[in-house]
Amino acid sequence: MTRLLPLIVLCALLPGALALAQVPASPPSAQGDFVPLSQLPAQTEQLPAAPLLMGAYAFVWIALLGYVWSLWRRMATLERELADLRRRVQKP
Amino acid sequence: MARLFVPLVLVAVLLFAAAPLVVANAPFEQTMGLIQKIFYFHVPSAMLMFVSAFVCGIASAVFLFRRSAVADRVALAAGELVVLFGAIVLVTGPLWARKAWGVWWEWDARLTSALLLWMIFLAYLLVRRFGGPGSEKLAGAMALFGMANVPFVYVSVNYWRTLHPKTSVVMTLAPGMRAAFWFCVAAFAALYVLLLTLRKRLEDRQAEVEQLYLAAED
Repeated sequence: MTRLLPLIVLCALLPGALALAQVPASPPSAQGDFVPLSQLPAQTEQLPAAPLLMGAYAFVWIALLGYVWSLWRRMATLERELADLRRRVQKP
Repeated sequence: MARLFVPLVLVAVLLFAAAPLVVANAPFEQTMGLIQKIFYFHVPSAMLMFVSAFVCGIASAVFLFRRSAVADRVALAAGELVVLFGAIVLVTGPLWARKAWGVWWEWDARLTSALLLWMIFLAYLLVRRFGGPGSEKLAGAMALFGMANVPFVYVSVNYWRTLHPKTSVVMTLAPGMRAAFWFCVAAFAALYVLLLTLRKRLEDRQAEVEQLYLAAED
């Protein structure tokens, strides 16, 4: 938990940092000419969705598997400690 | 509970492994397209964050008023899961928002109150970990405040102006989306019960260790 503290603090500060990093949108500049609809370039996706979607799903899996791994590790440590203590208590 | 544990593990693993296939086969949303599929993990995580906040709050109330050590262990386990599922919500949400709204984050009522809820439970865990003797009572009171925050987070989209979809979205889903969504909710719920059971078992073991330390000193 102590080793995780910097990560936790970073997570807590991240939204504030993101908010500060966002630059307010400037108003669009005045239009110089009118372009017929037929001459517009073909619409392409400005921001591809797939990397964001894959990033979201990857985070879900990593977070859940990471948590299960941390539970397993903590349980193994406790079981060792428990066995050691039982031996000490049973000794005359 | 011990007899139910293995079937629960199997159900959770099967449901969770099948969930990506179910989501892939769900229909595309008209305006958002592919990115809307984050919904199938984002919303169940949010639902479980709320449920876990209630479990933590109610268990904390039982601990505070009846001095039940078991309730305290359940509260700690649930508090940790609020932070886990809250982290999933707070990461997947901005990834969805970047495409759908054009920004990573918006300081509106829903997003800000959800962040506050997550931070209350993060503080709960920090108090439990570093607060020293007696900190479980202070943490229990924090969990009660965290639980009281949940209804405000839930209804915030209906009362304040926000970019976030309203609560009615879930009830008005198209049939193909509805089936996939409730399948994911079932998968996440099974996983939640499993993780809560495991985490509570860890606390039981910790209590045993503490009792044995006392016995060893005697």
